[in-house]
Amino acid sequence: MTAREKILGRIRAQKKRGPLAGADADLLKQRIADHARNIVPERSRLPKAGQVDLFQTKMEGLGATTERVASAADIPARIRDYLSQKNLPTRIKVSPSEILTGLGWDTVPMIEVVVGAGTEEDMVGLSPAFAGIAETGTLMMLSGPETPSTVNFLPENHIAVLKVSDMVGAFEEAWDALRAAHGEALPRTVNLISGPSRTADIEQTLIMGAHGPKTLHVILVEDGT
Amino acid sequence: MQVTSRKFKESAHEAMADEDLRAAMNRIRTAFTTARADAAAELPEFESLRDQAAEIKDHVLDNLDYYLEYFEQKVVAEGGHVHWCSTAEEARQAVLKICRDANARTVTKGKSMITEEIALNKFLASEGIEPIETDLGEYIIQLADEPPSHIIGPAVHKTREQVTDLFHEHHQQYGYQDREEDPEKLVGEARTVLRHKYVTADVGITGANFLIAETGSTVIVTNEGNGDLTQSLPKTHIVVASLEKIVPTLEDASTLMRVLARSATGQEMSVYTTFSTGPKRKDDIDGPENFHVVLLDGGRTEMLGTELQELLRCIRCGACMNHCPVYHAVGGHSYGWVYPGPIGAALNPQMVGIEEARHLPNASSFCGRCEEVCPVRIPLPKILRYWREKTFEQQIGPQPDRWAIEWWGFFAKRPWLYRQTTRLAARVLSMIAGDKGRIRSLPFAKGWTSVRDLPAPEGKTFMEQWKKHNREGR
Amino acid sequence: MSPMSGKIEVALFVTCLVDLNRPSVGFAAVKLLEQAGCRVSVPDAQTCCGQPAYNSGDRKTTRDIAAAVIEAFRGYRYVVAPSGSCAGMIKKHYPALFKDDPDMLLAAEDLAARTHELVSFLADVMDFEPDDVKLDRKVTYHDSCSSLREMKVVNQPRKLLDEVDDLELVEAEDREACCGFGGTFCIKYPEISEEMVDRKIDNLLATKADMVTAGDLGCLMNIAGRLHRRGEKMKVLHVTEILAGMGKERGIGEGDD
Repeated sequence: MTAREKILGRIRAQKKRGPLAGADADLLKQRIADHARNIVPERSRLPKAGQVDLFQTKMEGLGATTERVASAADIPARIRDYLSQKNLPTRIKVSPSEILTGLGWDTVPMIEVVVGAGTEEDMVGLSPAFAGIAETGTLMMLSGPETPSTVNFLPENHIAVLKVSDMVGAFEEAWDALRAAHGEALPRTVNLISGPSRTADIEQTLIMGAHGPKTLHVILVEDGT
Repeated sequence: MQVTSRKFKESAHEAMADEDLRAAMNRIRTAFTTARADAAAELPEFESLRDQAAEIKDHVLDNLDYYLEYFEQKVVAEGGHVHWCSTAEEARQAVLKICRDANARTVTKGKSMITEEIALNKFLASEGIEPIETDLGEYIIQLADEPPSHIIGPAVHKTREQVTDLFHEHHQQYGYQDREEDPEKLVGEARTVLRHKYVTADVGITGANFLIAETGSTVIVTNEGNGDLTQSLPKTHIVVASLEKIVPTLEDASTLMRVLARSATGQEMSVYTTFSTGPKRKDDIDGPENFHVVLLDGGRTEMLGTELQELLRCIRCGACMNHCPVYHAVGGHSYGWVYPGPIGAALNPQMVGIEEARHLPNASSFCGRCEEVCPVRIPLPKILRYWREKTFEQQIGPQPDRWAIEWWGFFAKRPWLYRQTTRLAARVLSMIAGDKGRIRSLPFAKGWTSVRDLPAPEGKTFMEQWKKHNREGR
Repeated sequence: MSPMSGKIEVALFVTCLVDLNRPSVGFAAVKLLEQAGCRVSVPDAQTCCGQPAYNSGDRKTTRDIAAAVIEAFRGYRYVVAPSGSCAGMIKKHYPALFKDDPDMLLAAEDLAARTHELVSFLADVMDFEPDDVKLDRKVTYHDSCSSLREMKVVNQPRKLLDEVDDLELVEAEDREACCGFGGTFCIKYPEISEEMVDRKIDNLLATKADMVTAGDLGCLMNIAGRLHRRGEKMKVLHVTEILAGMGKERGIGEGDD
């Protein structure tokens, strides 16, 4: 008998029943297909503007910084200013996503844009978020050919771009948006990111930047919403 | 890992004499409890979410076979592999086989209690494969060659000085000659040392906080980001998870996420919650090429349908130990196996045998704070009591204790006899105390008088005074 | 059991510790119940609620004792105990003991529904307030785990203590932490219990109160015993003693010295 058979057999024996079939199985299958929501916190039910405010408040409470720009075209200049304010290197690793690579980087010649996956040497990474979740101040990032997940983790400083139109109130809305965009199968990774990396493993002292980025900056793009 | 639960009393004695440990436990007692209370107060739906979280887990446990098969099918559809393992040994062998197939020399590891449970590190090392823990706490205790003392803060018992010493000893080979004491710099050292390990490791092993049937995803929750580097950079990603971690849908996972971090650290969300589904896709430019889920039973299915089933709701948040006065006193290592605190006291007897772990369910004042804070409402005191009944039935533990209870029960069941005995006891004890009102030392009550005086009876029992009072009319 | 006109019939569950160790708590309870307008009976067949056996894993003895308690308190409108722990045993655990015996379960549930912890009974059911009780002391109240968690007794004792003239009530840190009594636990694991009671006592002393009170004699004997062993002067009384105007009586474990 294989371990699989043993395990399934034990479950059924302990539960004093056979394999779930027929109507029982249909019910469970339906339960999955329904994606029924459980309790969704009231705080997430806000008009868009309120969601963006809540997102920023939560994100900043987690030690990240945020700013809003009127249009995506403003991003390169704002990044230039951000890097100079923070005294960060001007070489940035950018996800190979049209949304970012198509920006007018030539307007900021001092910034060196390198397109690709994250590497050990990267000091600054720039990647697009799939959604923002206001409830907890959380970014949803998807992996894909244009959005390698390493850009979110390897650089010491992470800048994420989030369109205000992609802001949702609660996790459940983000899952629905994801299913609408990608179908039922998920990309290889879905990263929910709430603030920069941290640890409290040495005497409960909070230290930022344990393994992931030490800083997280979120640029919210008000794309006509 | 080696089981030392039998020596609970001795270990606890040593732990309570350890000033560093006391300081560490004080930090837990204050920091985690306040943080959790604040987080719970911030979310009006928190109590209802706990109810729902428990319901979801119960639903899964009632239909575990269905969801496991569903999960497997989805993992395979996304190009991953599921390895069913009935025992710890099967799980170790499954991991080894995957590592061998990947020609692995080093593996990086994210935090995983299941790999502690199956003692994977020692096993891999004995097979010539170097395991490298990447969660800072796990890394520290790996250097110290110790087991974790807390399920979410494995190195909570370590002081900054001890970390300094460990890093000084082990990081010289990487060019760190100075003895660093500043926590920020210590973290920086570990970050740099481990960064290189992530990139060069052949296999990355993580645990899973949840397995999602709907999508065949595995989910890890971290604050450091180590789990993400562990699973994105090596060519092979192995998830080692126990089978009760399954939840039906992303919506169900969301409910559990809402109670997990709040209960654990008081955060609304941990920094990184990562859903992994299969290996890298055709056009992806990063991510592992192989994705394996090693699914461990390890005695869990035997708990289904029994008084212990509710233990399988556990989402390993650590709230029970953060709030446990016994854990605060004795620390995590005293429990003598992987899981400390109330969850360990309830679970370990099943996993290592009640004879070995008999102290754990007995060393509780039944204060009930663990149940009060458990996000999935596991009735921990009820389960501790279940184990006490087992030890009593199976005559495990000191015979005199059982005699004492049986002897006391004999009187308690016979009111008239009981009255006579208590009348006598009240007089004798009152006489021993004299005008002091308390007794400093009593041979047959050493358990009491070794640490505290015994307030003495007033001399006459209530029942005899009441009778007299009534006879004389009021 | 012919109820007197207008009076509410209450059976007192004395508890084994009060019976043996501190009868004055029992008399304080009777006094308070009578002041609140109750007629108090003390069924003769009672001994103990069974917790020592229950917590030691001796289910059979526990069931026997529980059955005797159920029988002894049959028919009373209310059953009241000056202890959250014993009341909690009857209310929460007796029904669980008989879940496989429908007749006994019914009887256990019936008793459970009639059973109350004394202070919450006075405050919630009888709407009682102590009248003309005076105690010029700074007092801190310790929540026993079973009062707090099983019986949800939190505000009632504080509200009643607040009615005592000149009494200043102060709260200790880490109010919800156990004192380390735990019945047989404190005897089987004295070292761990010591650690717990010391932490509790440190928090109590930090309030600068000169008296500690609680609704459970077990906790109080543990706290008083340890206070005396440490040579501390803080006085220890059961909350019913204070409310019944017996606040000047000798504290628990206090002698003539």
